[in-house]
Amino acid sequence: MTTGPVLAFESVSKTFGPTRAVEDVTAAVAAEEIVAVVGPSGCGKSTLLRMASGLSEPSAGRLQVADRNIGYVFQDATLLPWRTVQHNLELFGELARQPKAERRARAAQALALTGLTGFERHRPRQLSGGMRMRVSLARALTMRPRLFLLDEPFGALDEITRQRLNDELLRIHAQERFAAVFVTHSVSEAAYLASRVLVMSSRPGRIVADITVGFGYPRQAALRFDAKFVAVTAEISTALAEASR
Amino acid sequence: MTAGTAAPVVPDETGPTTGRGRRPSARRRLRRALPPLIVAACVVGVWFFVSYVTLSPSRRFLLPPPQQVISVGFGDSLNRANILSGLGVTAEVALVGLVIAIAIGTVFAVVMSQARWLEDSLYPWAVVLQTIPILAIIPVIGFWFQYGYTARLIVCVLISLFPVTTNTLFGLKSADRAHRDLFRLRGASRWQVLTKLELPGALPSIFTGWRISAGLSVIGAIVGDFFFQQGPVGLGRLINGYTQQLQSDQLFAAVIVASLLGLAVFWAFGLLARVVVGPWHESQQDQQSD
Repeated sequence: MTTGPVLAFESVSKTFGPTRAVEDVTAAVAAEEIVAVVGPSGCGKSTLLRMASGLSEPSAGRLQVADRNIGYVFQDATLLPWRTVQHNLELFGELARQPKAERRARAAQALALTGLTGFERHRPRQLSGGMRMRVSLARALTMRPRLFLLDEPFGALDEITRQRLNDELLRIHAQERFAAVFVTHSVSEAAYLASRVLVMSSRPGRIVADITVGFGYPRQAALRFDAKFVAVTAEISTALAEASR
Repeated sequence: MTAGTAAPVVPDETGPTTGRGRRPSARRRLRRALPPLIVAACVVGVWFFVSYVTLSPSRRFLLPPPQQVISVGFGDSLNRANILSGLGVTAEVALVGLVIAIAIGTVFAVVMSQARWLEDSLYPWAVVLQTIPILAIIPVIGFWFQYGYTARLIVCVLISLFPVTTNTLFGLKSADRAHRDLFRLRGASRWQVLTKLELPGALPSIFTGWRISAGLSVIGAIVGDFFFQQGPVGLGRLINGYTQQLQSDQLFAAVIVASLLGLAVFWAFGLLARVVVGPWHESQQDQQSD
């Protein structure tokens, strides 16, 4: 295990033709840290994650990742509809040519961790949006990555399910201790999950604020009503409003 | 629920939604089957009307009444034996032709799906193959392949190749972008992408292609036989013979059998698609009609 950052952007820029999607981003994510990224639509948050994962290359600057084994979770659960939950969870193992026994064991572990035991034989279309997202998380967990990239994973879910999954994510994080970059539209979600919140502006996408959320883990749902928590969300909201201008 | 404790999942909100539509009741099925049955009754009614009212008795051979078609075409043991053996021959040609077309078409589509330049250089020729009027080249095929079983098979394959190819190719290429990204992220090989993502995802389109091609291969088997007049006697040759000898009862019986063969093939492939793809694909849900 490395002692340095799990992920580091050094003056990273990305242009698509004339559009400057991401400009001069410098940021680092330490081991076991959850960093949230908030910003207006189209500010390049997803582009940042795509570059971090290696799906796209920066146009300028340097990007360092400690380990290529990254758990990428999209807003859409991206499950294979013809596979059952069990077989969806074994997919990454198959791609990595793990022996069947190992795939089984890892899938069972991920199922237990995400509270999905008993749903092995269901197909994605039989599951609700929240359950599909759990499967998507579980699938990433089967590879035991040290870094998670979460691109608005709960953005399409209703508020209740979303808060429940936030708690689930924190619980899993407490056990697995991975580092995570969590992109979201929701200020309160960002503050609730992360130890640091990066605020991005749009066109070009720049990091305009790096706000520390001064609460340790574990966090309880009641934290959302804490005066200090509200103050932090207000600070993030103000920075976001300025960035969106 | 508190963070830090392994809280159990609350089942109701996140529980499974009922995936499959309810099985239709017998009554609903009847109500769905009723309109087409009424249409069928009307058609038979018009048939009777034309046979007995419009046509004078001396011209009734142009459209013999249904019961006569059945009693002569299927009731007479010689006619029945001829038509059933013709059906066997035609069905065999159509089936073998279809299997060959599926094999060639699938390989063709997989090859084209592997690289843009392969698709660009091969696809136009697939289109050309499709646009050649099949009737125009049937004599050529007979000329080259001796008008027999092989020639008939080739007609079948040519006529049914295109739908397999295009539908398979379309299916392979329509894999979701996010899924492709996912496979790329996990370092999947091209073979893994093909076998674990593209092919299973393409199954609904593939079956659509098979279904269309199956219908065409029946046509091909009949047309080839009709033109070549050699080799084992199939429905095409029977139809031709009955027409020339003005045996209209047998002719209509043979035409009905040919149509039933086409229908059976269509149904069989619909069923296959529903069994294989039904549990997961939207197109196969709540589909009660065919």
